[in-house]
Amino acid sequence: MSTRSGPSPARTGLLLLPPLLWLGVAYLGALGALFLAAFWTTNEFTGDLVKVFTLDNFRSLLDQPVYRTITARTLGVAVLVTLVDAALALPVAFFMAKVARPGLQRLLVIAVLMPLWASYLVKAYAWRGMLSKSGPLEWLGISPGYGLTGLVITLAYLWLPYMILPVYAGLQKLPGSLLEASADLGAPALTTFRRVVLPSVFPALVAGSIFTFSLTMGDYIAVKIVGGPTQMLGNVVADNYGVANNLPFAAAYSVVPVLVMLGYLGVVRRTGALENL
Amino acid sequence: MTISRRLKAFLVACTSVVLLVVYLPLALVVLNSFNVSKSFAWPPSGLTLRWWHAAAHSSGARHALVVSIEVGLLATAISLVLGTMAAMALQRTRFFGRNAISLLIILPIALPGIVTGLALNNAFTSIFGLELGFFTIVVAHATFCIVTVFNNVQARLRRMSASLEEASADLGARPFMTFRLVTFPLLRSALLAGGLLSFALSFDEIIVTTFTAGGHEQTLPIWIFQNLFRPNQTPVVNVVAAALIVLSAVPIWLAQRLGGDAEAMGTAAP
Repeated sequence: MSTRSGPSPARTGLLLLPPLLWLGVAYLGALGALFLAAFWTTNEFTGDLVKVFTLDNFRSLLDQPVYRTITARTLGVAVLVTLVDAALALPVAFFMAKVARPGLQRLLVIAVLMPLWASYLVKAYAWRGMLSKSGPLEWLGISPGYGLTGLVITLAYLWLPYMILPVYAGLQKLPGSLLEASADLGAPALTTFRRVVLPSVFPALVAGSIFTFSLTMGDYIAVKIVGGPTQMLGNVVADNYGVANNLPFAAAYSVVPVLVMLGYLGVVRRTGALENL
Repeated sequence: MTISRRLKAFLVACTSVVLLVVYLPLALVVLNSFNVSKSFAWPPSGLTLRWWHAAAHSSGARHALVVSIEVGLLATAISLVLGTMAAMALQRTRFFGRNAISLLIILPIALPGIVTGLALNNAFTSIFGLELGFFTIVVAHATFCIVTVFNNVQARLRRMSASLEEASADLGARPFMTFRLVTFPLLRSALLAGGLLSFALSFDEIIVTTFTAGGHEQTLPIWIFQNLFRPNQTPVVNVVAAALIVLSAVPIWLAQRLGGDAEAMGTAAP
């Protein structure tokens, strides 16, 4: 048996110092400074920062109907996109993991992964073409055009691989014998799905939903490309900083997705989903 | 596994439809890059190579491509060093705060890009007094790329036995020599996979980049985004998009050649 107790603390410390300076000091420091700025305001006439502690920004986020609507809309879109992706991912992942022969399975994994490597911007742009006035969907007479519906379709399209991959990995771990046992005991396919498949892939679905949820809440580029006049949380943050030059308000509003994500992570931690990431 | 014929047909239908919907918009972009119509009228009335020719001569797109490649290479180099250091430090050591450090490394990618972008922008301009540009893009990209290298190296180290490094030390090698002659060769393919992911992540990123690029520097995604809404530029934008779609097969092909661990290539890439 080895008498060594692993690398020395000095080595660990030396190795950790540079990454910790970068992420622990610089990045966390930047996040902290942003959080601090959320409690400041800007001077209405000069646009200068007024570094006096106030809760005004958070108060207007809660009081003004327009921000309440945008927050609710963003959360609603995030939930809808997550549900659409889960509904699409389940049959595809099930087919990949449990029905397809090994050769086809390998091919399907590549087919699902390929678009993941295609640029985010290019995919959003592709849907701008699909939804455009002279595009193929309009030609077929079924285009919803640029707006909320087009946005949900595009976001669901963008994040779908992030849902399929964890669900596929989760289903691969589910023994086929369980499904056969359920069928042997006389359960119809739907019952097997509800009582055997769904409970065992639930952590994987939750893991996928962390991506779909977080990515939807922070998005503002796809919104500008296919969302038409739709305003989402990300747009308000970006415009308050870029157009209105109001860093404190942008900072305050950007605290909302962080709190939602932390709350969500806290709730789903019990499902064991975090080990599936 | 036994599965009823009807259920199987349903699953085949679902999978086919989803794959069709996934590839149709991408195919449309590629097809439109040959579309005679400047507004991509559907169905195309004729095909032309004119836009590809125009795109090849677009100096804006070319310059943006060079910036994107430079940023990607530098950010990847930084994250290779920092990610490997962090993974090796946490290897086989147990100490208070170990999980906190793992979380810290994942944080820049777990938080919405707009939060990271805004925080870094604020830190660069108002705390460090830096002018936004090439340097700040590289720093921002390296921040969220570290996790890809860290994950790959950590997974490899977990599977590696400590005895090789111990043997090297017993034979009198200094720690750095052990790293150079023993650890590094064993890590090489993990570093390659992590580096590839990191480059792809950087090459594709737009949200953090818009907050850290300033007005003078353009990466390729920023160039595409800024020209997207200009009607006379759309054919060129479309050609660039089509080229990127075709190029996205390259990392998959590389991953297959690197040992076929295609699934590993799909993790941690928002």
